[in-house]
Amino acid sequence: MTNPNGRFGEYGGQYMPETLMNAVIELEEAYNRFKDDPEFNRELEELFREYANRPSRLYYAKKMTEDLGGAKIYLKREDLNHTGAHKINNVLGQALLAKKMGKTRLIAETGAGQHGVATATAAALLGMECLVYMGTEDMERQKLNVYRMRLLGAEVRGVPTGTGTLKDAVSQCMREWTTRIADTHYCLGSVMGPHPFPTIVRDFQAVIGREIRQQIMEKEGRLPDMLIACVGGGSNAIGTFYDFIKDKEVELVGAEAAGKGIDTPLTAATMNTGSVGIFHGMKSYFCQDKYGQIAPVYSISAGLDYPGIGPEHAWLSDIGRAKYVAITDDEAVNAFEYLSRCEGIIPAIESAHALAYAMKVAPTMSKDKIIVVTVSGRGDKDVAAIARYRGEDLHE
Amino acid sequence: MSELAKAFDHGKAFIAFVTCGDPDLETTGKVVRSMVENGADLIELGIPFSDPTAEGPVIMDADKRALDGGVTTDDIFRFTKELRKDIHVPMLYMTYANVVFHYGAEEFCRKAADAGVSGLILPDVPFEEKADFDSVCSKYGIDLVSMVAPTSEDRIADIAKEAKGFIYVVSSLGVTGTRTSITTDLRPMISLIRKNTDIPCAVGFGISTPEQCRNMAELSDGAIVGSGIVKIIAKHGKDSAGPVGEFVKSMKDAIRDL
Repeated sequence: MTNPNGRFGEYGGQYMPETLMNAVIELEEAYNRFKDDPEFNRELEELFREYANRPSRLYYAKKMTEDLGGAKIYLKREDLNHTGAHKINNVLGQALLAKKMGKTRLIAETGAGQHGVATATAAALLGMECLVYMGTEDMERQKLNVYRMRLLGAEVRGVPTGTGTLKDAVSQCMREWTTRIADTHYCLGSVMGPHPFPTIVRDFQAVIGREIRQQIMEKEGRLPDMLIACVGGGSNAIGTFYDFIKDKEVELVGAEAAGKGIDTPLTAATMNTGSVGIFHGMKSYFCQDKYGQIAPVYSISAGLDYPGIGPEHAWLSDIGRAKYVAITDDEAVNAFEYLSRCEGIIPAIESAHALAYAMKVAPTMSKDKIIVVTVSGRGDKDVAAIARYRGEDLHE
Repeated sequence: MSELAKAFDHGKAFIAFVTCGDPDLETTGKVVRSMVENGADLIELGIPFSDPTAEGPVIMDADKRALDGGVTTDDIFRFTKELRKDIHVPMLYMTYANVVFHYGAEEFCRKAADAGVSGLILPDVPFEEKADFDSVCSKYGIDLVSMVAPTSEDRIADIAKEAKGFIYVVSSLGVTGTRTSITTDLRPMISLIRKNTDIPCAVGFGISTPEQCRNMAELSDGAIVGSGIVKIIAKHGKDSAGPVGEFVKSMKDAIRDL
């Protein structure tokens, strides 16, 4: 599916400054050397199991299923991972790879702060230096995660340029990487950027789908009918989908952030409102104007507030293998509150986008159907922001 | 012969960059004329991009001022065509892949050629990704300029062999912007380029003083200055033509006798 130049159909590629080309080539060579190395995989497996608390549970949401009255709903509990989100899967893989490559310093972008926290965590564990770039707008929205990263020993630098969000943090990381390459690995947080990142991040996140397959076979003796995951850059979604791409009977659905609605400019729904472009190292879909200027996107969720999507998703959409639905702030907040009350699980506002789609679609499906929703992270970080959304003057 | 290479016909070339529409196109027009009057051999016109990932803060700010002022790619084509009537040195566009791709590479190159532009620099299109752009550029007589960086090493020979117009040698690690000193030893890079091509090479990134300009032009065929000029525009706004002209003159004078 991936051709040698890192393409998924026409998407992907390596649109990077010449200064960074040998760095991404070196990364690709190192990844190819280690990905099937038994010792590397043993170490990673041990970190997943002993440190990150894998495998994550596949939980039958009985009350939610009964309340919605349709398809049977299982939740893939990535929120139960160490650091509270799926981000740790990718970060442990990349940090271990970087360490094997002799790198001593990790840099990372973060939106909601979960990838930054995960990177700071891995850096602390593996004894590496860590610098995280975060948009100043996001730092305001996610103060607790900023403190958490600093507590873990990372330096957090605010990025005030552009919209002060995830896209600007990615741009700043790319700039930072060009100034210091020899000892530094850019630990990219999603299935985006130049080849080989979309492939590497997917492979490290694919553990989610492999576990779902095994767990659902144990519980139900068959594959699910539908998988739903939220999509910003798309790492938890591709991690969920990847093992099932070949199983055509399993429907794959990505829930992206519609913000105030896809008919308004305040949206981050790339597949629903964007067009093909080249940005942040890849050819994919982007929210942009008629001159190719990247649009200032919006979502209540800092983790989905990104104007692009990983190239493999663009391809899965084009060939009709996966579909991408848009979920508004309102729908996501409703789902956030619903899961909290119904199942006693407070999901990340990002994951609430996937849950919102499950709430819409499950009642339309018969009771013998099975849906698996990936709860990509836990919602503690979002509580204050949701309270404010509901008009309460709550600050951390 | 390549139009761009003509900039190197009469000694070491001074290549001057300006962001179109910063703060407005009328000012850009005056600045370009002043740069040419004061000795610039090649004009690099920046088409602003919302998220210029290879730029430092100086050019990032210029792109923002230009876009906030409402300038568009179509405005810049019209502006360049007008400018071409009395500017006789070669001109090229510097922008990002998406600006060209989203406009339609074919349409972009057709209009650029029609406006009298003979080169294009896309800092986020490396050797591996250049084929799609290069084939369209060639069709319209536009040289897609290749860059070589201090990290390029084993890539230099391949890049140089296929390079057109001139080779843009990136002086040091990092993004664009002025630097107090350039410590990279460019000699081995440039000698490797020379082994693989006869086209000229010019050094850019971090050059802002006549002394740096002279040092870089001594090693190569010319010097490229961007942030040093854009900084003056940031300070003087609509009244930049005079001070930019003086700056360009001081830079060009430093390399005239080489």
